Amino acid sequence: MPPESILVQFLSGTIEAERVADSPACELLLRQARSANLLSRVAALCDDKNLTSRLPQRMQNHLQSAQAVAEANHRSVKWEAKQIELTLLADDIPFCLLKGGAYVVGQTVAAKGRVFSDVDILVPREFLEKTEQLLIRKGWMCTNFDSYDQRYYRTWMHELPPLQHMKRGTTLDVHHAIIPPTARIKSDIEKIWKSAHKVDKYKVLYIPDNKDLVLHSAVHLFCDGELENGLRDLSDLDLLLRDLSVNDDFWAGLLARSVELNLQRPLFYALRYTHALLKTPVPAKFLTASKQGSPGSLVEKWMDFLFYRALLPDHITCTDRWTGLARWMLFVRSHWLKMPPLQLAQHLARKGYKRWKKRNASV
Amino acid sequence: MKLSSLTRSELRRRLKEEGLGLNIGPFNTSLTSSIGVVGDGLEQLYGAFTLTGDADFIDFRVSLNSPSGLRRWFRPQVNFSFDGFFPFKPLPQIQAFAMFEWGLNWCIANNAHQYLIIHAAVIERNGVVCILPGTPGSGKSTLCAALVCKGWRLLSDEMALVSTQTGEIFPVPRPVSLKNQSIDIIQHYSFDAVMGDVVMDTAKGTVSHMRPPQSSVEQSEKPGTPGLIIFPKYTAGAEPNLIPLTQASALMKVAENSFNYSVLGLQGFEVLGELVSKCACYEFSYQSLDEAKETLESLI
Repeated sequence: MPPESILVQFLSGTIEAERVADSPACELLLRQARSANLLSRVAALCDDKNLTSRLPQRMQNHLQSAQAVAEANHRSVKWEAKQIELTLLADDIPFCLLKGGAYVVGQTVAAKGRVFSDVDILVPREFLEKTEQLLIRKGWMCTNFDSYDQRYYRTWMHELPPLQHMKRGTTLDVHHAIIPPTARIKSDIEKIWKSAHKVDKYKVLYIPDNKDLVLHSAVHLFCDGELENGLRDLSDLDLLLRDLSVNDDFWAGLLARSVELNLQRPLFYALRYTHALLKTPVPAKFLTASKQGSPGSLVEKWMDFLFYRALLPDHITCTDRWTGLARWMLFVRSHWLKMPPLQLAQHLARKGYKRWKKRNASV
Repeated sequence: MKLSSLTRSELRRRLKEEGLGLNIGPFNTSLTSSIGVVGDGLEQLYGAFTLTGDADFIDFRVSLNSPSGLRRWFRPQVNFSFDGFFPFKPLPQIQAFAMFEWGLNWCIANNAHQYLIIHAAVIERNGVVCILPGTPGSGKSTLCAALVCKGWRLLSDEMALVSTQTGEIFPVPRPVSLKNQSIDIIQHYSFDAVMGDVVMDTAKGTVSHMRPPQSSVEQSEKPGTPGLIIFPKYTAGAEPNLIPLTQASALMKVAENSFNYSVLGLQGFEVLGELVSKCACYEFSYQSLDEAKETLESLI
């Protein structure tokens, strides 16, 4: 049996308010939420449920503090969006906010208590070099000067090496696709651009269509190996799905869109795990239909074993002896999905050698 | 129950096993460590602090332990963990107690935005709270330690916690951190000052901590009303000199010394505006601690 988490129970609404208000349970919720970067979201959800005032005063203090952090994050991302708009407007380069930034600026429900450490944008491939030049001129600098890493990003990845603003310290990831060009699955980014919406009062700033927000979040969560924010991203998906599915034709549309974008596999995982862990009300019919994207029942079982562990908060109170292994295997899997075997072998050898050299230098 | 009522072995047992829970101002902190100097430091400096009860809500669970692997024996190190998260690189093990202080500062500065947090020493006399914001080298900790030795109440030597609701200052009367020459200066200034171990060659030079007065610790629950903001500047050969600051420039200077002014946004500006409007604000250069004490007491 995979371990249980009070944070998961709270997010899925399967724990009664009285139990959360109890001091030891409440502290456990605090600890798990803090380690999963979900404390601000817990704060927002407690407000929604009119629960905050019934919690221990100490918990209320932590929630208030976390809410201030989320608000600061949101102010910052709006400011960054405006600065990027002004920068790219010079050459009329369209850009699309992704993930957290898109949730906030697009005023979606997943903005609720969402915190993030960087801003992600998408620009058309043909404008990538120009975009980078314009950004550098306005103070976003590359922080990684390792020539191998530079080449790795620029020739193989779907994004530039991260940029950091000299004065504000904010990190910016500039993508030209949502999946690395070397990856096994291919998805046509043109289609995402075609259905993106321009944001009011902006000239070159776009937000992906809602269905594409869901699909991109699924790709990010189930194909990238960085799962330290796994539960946060799963909760984003849960909130988006709950909110968007008030439209009757949403589920059918989402499935159709996943076929168009060739993203049935990530959508299958997204529906499977939001439903299983966070009790997202996915109608049985569509859960079954999403099985088109299943990797087969044997792999499914294996993935369950891994994701039921790796999607929990990375906290000592909800890990078992397999958790570390599960995280590591999913990390390896993400690389496996990202590049062909020979390239992966070269990459890992290179990285391993560098790490070994660095470690020896520091002792 | 106070920490000083624990036997030496019980203190160490708790540190090793379930964690030693301490009520430190507004924060319940539980500390786990099997490193000897940590227990020593607590014994020397935290005796007057209240232990938390078994079922109490703990705000910060921290630990100070050796990293695994070779470094346990070879040039031993210590790692600070905040509930499984490691915000710092390991330090030499001899600095473990100082790392507890620095680590707890980090926990508060990053997780207590229910306060506007100002990098400052905070002391009180006759019901008037005096905030001494400090850039490094300004001598705020030395001045704070000196005044506290002469009867002022210690609220904090490191951070002013300004309530965003009431504007009051909440105490965290932890040991006062002293560096380099300040350690000797304070020991000579007051024979009552009790110092912890002196640790050399840290990132901040030689450091030691002064035990907070028992009466200040006993008033940990009692917030104070701010009345003075003093920007101290130790200046060799200077007569004590107070230069009044306008509210606007005091606000800007305090904002520069705030850890979370930008996190709080508009609320931060409003709280700070309130604070500055209630306080008399000065720049203060001084050399002699006695003269500084006299000057500041004349303002109250």
